[in-house]
Amino acid sequence: MAERSFAREVQTLRLGAGAEFRGEGILAVTKALLQSGVAYVGGYQGAPISHLMDVLSDAQDILRELGVHFEASASEATAAAMLAASINYPLRGAVTWKSTVGTNVASDALANLASAGVKGGALIIVGEDYGEGASIMQERTHAFAMKSQMWLLDPRPHLPEIVRAVEQGFELSESSHTPVMLMLRIRACHVYGRFMAKDNTRPPFSAADALQSPARDYGRIILPPSTYAQEREKIEQRFPAAVSFVAEQEMNDFSDGEASDIGIVLQGGLYNNVLRALELLDCADSFGTSRIPLYVLNVTYPLLPDEWARFCTGKRAVLVVEEGQPEFIEQAANQMLRQREISARLLGKGLLPRYGEYTVDALRNGIGEFIRQWAPGLRREPAGGVVREAALLPAAQLAKLVPPRPSGLCTGCPERPFFAAMKLLQREMGPLHISADIGCHSFATLPPFNMGNSIMGYGLGAAGASAFHTETARRPVAIMGDGGFWHNGLTSGIGNSVFNRHDGLTVIIDNNYSAATGGQDIPSSRWPNEHRQGNNTIVNAVRGVGVKWVRHIRTYDMAQTMKVLREALTTQFRGPKVIVAEGECQLNRQRRVRPLMKKAIDQGKRVVRERFGVDPDTCTGDHSCIRLSGCPSLTVKPNPDPLRTDPVAHVDDSCVGCGVCGEVAHAAVLCPSFYRAEILYNPSWWDLVLARVRASVIGVLQRRSDRRRLRYMI
Amino acid sequence: MTARPIKLCIAALGGEGGGVLADWLIEIAEAEGYLAQSTSVPGVAQRTGATIYYLELFPRAAADRAGREPVMALMPVPGDVDCVIASELAEAGRAIQRGIVDRERTTLIASSHRSYSIAEKSALGQGAADAAGLVELARSQAKRLVLFDMEAVAEQHRCVISSVLLGAICGSHVLPFGRPAFEAAINSSGISVATNLAAFADACARAERADGAIAGRTGIEPTNRSAGVPARARSPSLQPMLERVHRLPEAVQGLALEGVRRAIDYQDPEYAGLYLSRLERIGALDERSQRDSPPGGTSREEWALTAAVARGLALWMTFEDTIRVADLKTRAARFARVRGEIRAAPGQLFGITEFMKPRVAEIAGTLPAAMGAWLLASPRVARWLGRMTGGKRIRSGTIAGFFLLYALGGLKRWRRGTLRYIEENSRIESWLGRIERLAPADLDLAVELARAQRLIKGYGETHERGWRSFSALLSCLEALAGRADGAAVMARLHEAALADEEGLALARELAGLAAS
Repeated sequence: MAERSFAREVQTLRLGAGAEFRGEGILAVTKALLQSGVAYVGGYQGAPISHLMDVLSDAQDILRELGVHFEASASEATAAAMLAASINYPLRGAVTWKSTVGTNVASDALANLASAGVKGGALIIVGEDYGEGASIMQERTHAFAMKSQMWLLDPRPHLPEIVRAVEQGFELSESSHTPVMLMLRIRACHVYGRFMAKDNTRPPFSAADALQSPARDYGRIILPPSTYAQEREKIEQRFPAAVSFVAEQEMNDFSDGEASDIGIVLQGGLYNNVLRALELLDCADSFGTSRIPLYVLNVTYPLLPDEWARFCTGKRAVLVVEEGQPEFIEQAANQMLRQREISARLLGKGLLPRYGEYTVDALRNGIGEFIRQWAPGLRREPAGGVVREAALLPAAQLAKLVPPRPSGLCTGCPERPFFAAMKLLQREMGPLHISADIGCHSFATLPPFNMGNSIMGYGLGAAGASAFHTETARRPVAIMGDGGFWHNGLTSGIGNSVFNRHDGLTVIIDNNYSAATGGQDIPSSRWPNEHRQGNNTIVNAVRGVGVKWVRHIRTYDMAQTMKVLREALTTQFRGPKVIVAEGECQLNRQRRVRPLMKKAIDQGKRVVRERFGVDPDTCTGDHSCIRLSGCPSLTVKPNPDPLRTDPVAHVDDSCVGCGVCGEVAHAAVLCPSFYRAEILYNPSWWDLVLARVRASVIGVLQRRSDRRRLRYMI
Repeated sequence: MTARPIKLCIAALGGEGGGVLADWLIEIAEAEGYLAQSTSVPGVAQRTGATIYYLELFPRAAADRAGREPVMALMPVPGDVDCVIASELAEAGRAIQRGIVDRERTTLIASSHRSYSIAEKSALGQGAADAAGLVELARSQAKRLVLFDMEAVAEQHRCVISSVLLGAICGSHVLPFGRPAFEAAINSSGISVATNLAAFADACARAERADGAIAGRTGIEPTNRSAGVPARARSPSLQPMLERVHRLPEAVQGLALEGVRRAIDYQDPEYAGLYLSRLERIGALDERSQRDSPPGGTSREEWALTAAVARGLALWMTFEDTIRVADLKTRAARFARVRGEIRAAPGQLFGITEFMKPRVAEIAGTLPAAMGAWLLASPRVARWLGRMTGGKRIRSGTIAGFFLLYALGGLKRWRRGTLRYIEENSRIESWLGRIERLAPADLDLAVELARAQRLIKGYGETHERGWRSFSALLSCLEALAGRADGAAVMARLHEAALADEEGLALARELAGLAAS
């Protein structure tokens, strides 16, 4: 069950011709797929395309009606391999993932797919996680498109354009027998807009049809000599076919402008921001009319030499606006112009930043400089005071004033007690080498835990510790999430450590979901799902690949966690040790449990709700507890004690009563200030009697000591 | 000139409902004849980090006139944002840091409450950002500022902060939409409509009143300051003691009175008498020393030494032993406080579970001195006892649990004989003795030594760490006594001791000191 439900939004997927669709970019892509007669869809979740997977998952009924097969693939490699169905059959297929990380994982299958070529349209929708808010290394999908020869669409971040790109993408793929990548930047995935819908289309050919009469063509197998022929086909047939399709369908946009001796070439995805920069520079209006000619590359690979020649001929200078590095387009453009001896001066990186996101501010500066150098007459006096350099306080002064806010584990997260235990253990045993992984647990590398020496990729925590399995008293520790485990960690990490006789410890953090990407189900998820088979336990899988030393712990039991960790790091047992540390993702748990609890209370059932608190008069304001927890609900407030100045710890109302505060207080010999309150709803008659007896006995004693204190009031 | 879009930016914290607010604004804008575009960068920031939503609204009529759709940007541009909405004070500061709050253009609507970041919360003492500085920053950088504690309003109405933010937007009249349009959006969401509308109306009214800023709850400065020193003691028997407080320098009377109250609450009036005698000793010394070295030349305040001792001595003398903890945990006032904190309905039943982990040291400390010392000295017994200790969960709302704690708190009358009492009071005397020896020659250093008491706090390992740091500072005293910068170095050591819990900063400072 994913974090966000699209049950309401998916109804817009049923919209027919003439109706206006309103919603997020990623939902529009889904609608476009259905309008295009897609036969099968797969993918792996991850920002910014998690919602595409969630939408499809919530839209199973609609998909079934249309005869569309959808599955949540085990990994991006699985998803890419799924596209094999389009090699031999006229089946349109689409897969999606976060890029470039997912594209890295998928590359083996993608390279083979691109070599074999496709009969049915194959569309790969990649969420380009680049720039602000990105959670991965800064690379470009563009390189993959070039090296495997897949076409790359980078449409304007405008819903009708995105929908058109999906529809034309399938046609382009079919007419050039080549898979097509459609890249969407983070903001485009989340952009809210509207477009005119068309009717959904049932796929004209189905997987069942294919199985009825399987087609085979040795030319599509990636073994020699077919591969030699495929390479030739790529260059001699598919590339020219794509170039002529893009040209004929006018997939790229041109616009004229009064400054006809200069021009700007830009990636489609940057269109809106470039236009805003031009508007701020008084070179465009709000409707996209630019005074400088524009050439908008909605297709960034292949590039079309004829179009470039047409645009650049007769111009003194052309600015290439290309986000990310290396600047593949600029390099290729230089070659194209040189070969045709077109004299326009090509500018790009240098005027614009060499790396990093092209924000409107960066574009305004870069394009502004381009205009200053090549068309100084173009820039009139700024109108309406819009163009103004922001007056700012010195950055250093601001940095001192504004505290950074790194991400962290959520309130009540089951991973918190585990990392608190690890922190305490390291106080005891000295620092450990920890090979970290991708997932919510990556946040343990940030304050307050500050642990983890490297992250090699999703599910690669155990593999990342491989070199450290030497004859030594100290064992390396690897962390892996349940998501990463099923993605590849079972083989790349656990199987590998068995095979190579590793002696270290791998901890698999099992929160029952792929939590970091939005709480999607994975093979070990426990809660019933009518479309999937869950409940495949990690412990069984680990044993199945040959691990002998396996322990299963509940993370919220910190004493037990520490005991088992200590044992794993000191035991005489030689061989890989695996701890499955389980605790259900609190976001998912609350979503599941809260409505049930509310319902039970409303129905008059006896319910106990727990939450934690801190006594401010015993708290001395050292905040050890916060340094071992970092829970968002555990915060600070002014010290009510007139003699003390340090703020006291405080549990705010968002506490979900997970119990970690109490565990930490015990495990770390912290302080007695924490209490747990058990709030009772709909008490039984026995509860009431007991409460009355207790209150009267306790009340007598409390009044007695209150009286004694009252004797000495000053 | 063609029409331009209205540009809004919402800076929220992950999971705070910034998305809900953006959806409402879109709905309102569309209903009022605007084309709306919004986008966000959630990414990993949705996990408690900072999240930005950006919206542009364009009049549909202008687009129809032009016969074309406007091209709207996907991110805020410095100097080109009409309204920035920040759900928290530091996020308002971050928006300013990003440059999107423009002095001649931008209305800044922000909540003045703080949601502390991990670095602020986890400091060993006071680590919170300068809230007053943030407010001043907002005031100076925005064209117009609407600032009040929106979290408190949300809390008051038991609703999410997004409806309060929406009310503030409506009340600030930064959008060309009437109030009914806003209310319609809340209505159509269909979730907690009544409470959301009430909070919306409240916030709307506050924002309309706000010409500049309504200062709300901001900083983390201690709030419950002493209200002044009364002339008469409420208990007549304590009048002589109050008069002793009156005889102290005026600047320290408030602190001293709190110290007296604390000592009585902790032990008895006699103990408060001991507190006062010790303080009077220091007061007299302070007077002599100030005469010899007037505060004019230094940054030292008048009576700084007496004030520092009044605070430190009171806290030290009321050290947190098991008796004290048990006493505080069993009070009626505490039960009432918990009831309020957990927001139990009137009459609703609740239980309280305490998490205690007394170690052998704490048990020995509560025993009569001779027995406690014997226990600590005999490893066999200590080991045996150690096995019995461990995390204890005491349900203080049950009769058995309450009795246990109540009885423990009742040991107070024998406290003067306990090992811990004797130990702490001899440490206190030695501290005071050092202050007395230092003050005549170097009053500033004596003040710093008095202030260093702040390092000793907490329980168990925290207390041990504090004592280690304090002892490390003591060990430098002789070296610092002759130096002109002695007090400054001492203050630096004090800060270093609070910089990290591993003691790395302090060790660095100490090494530097040894080298010089």
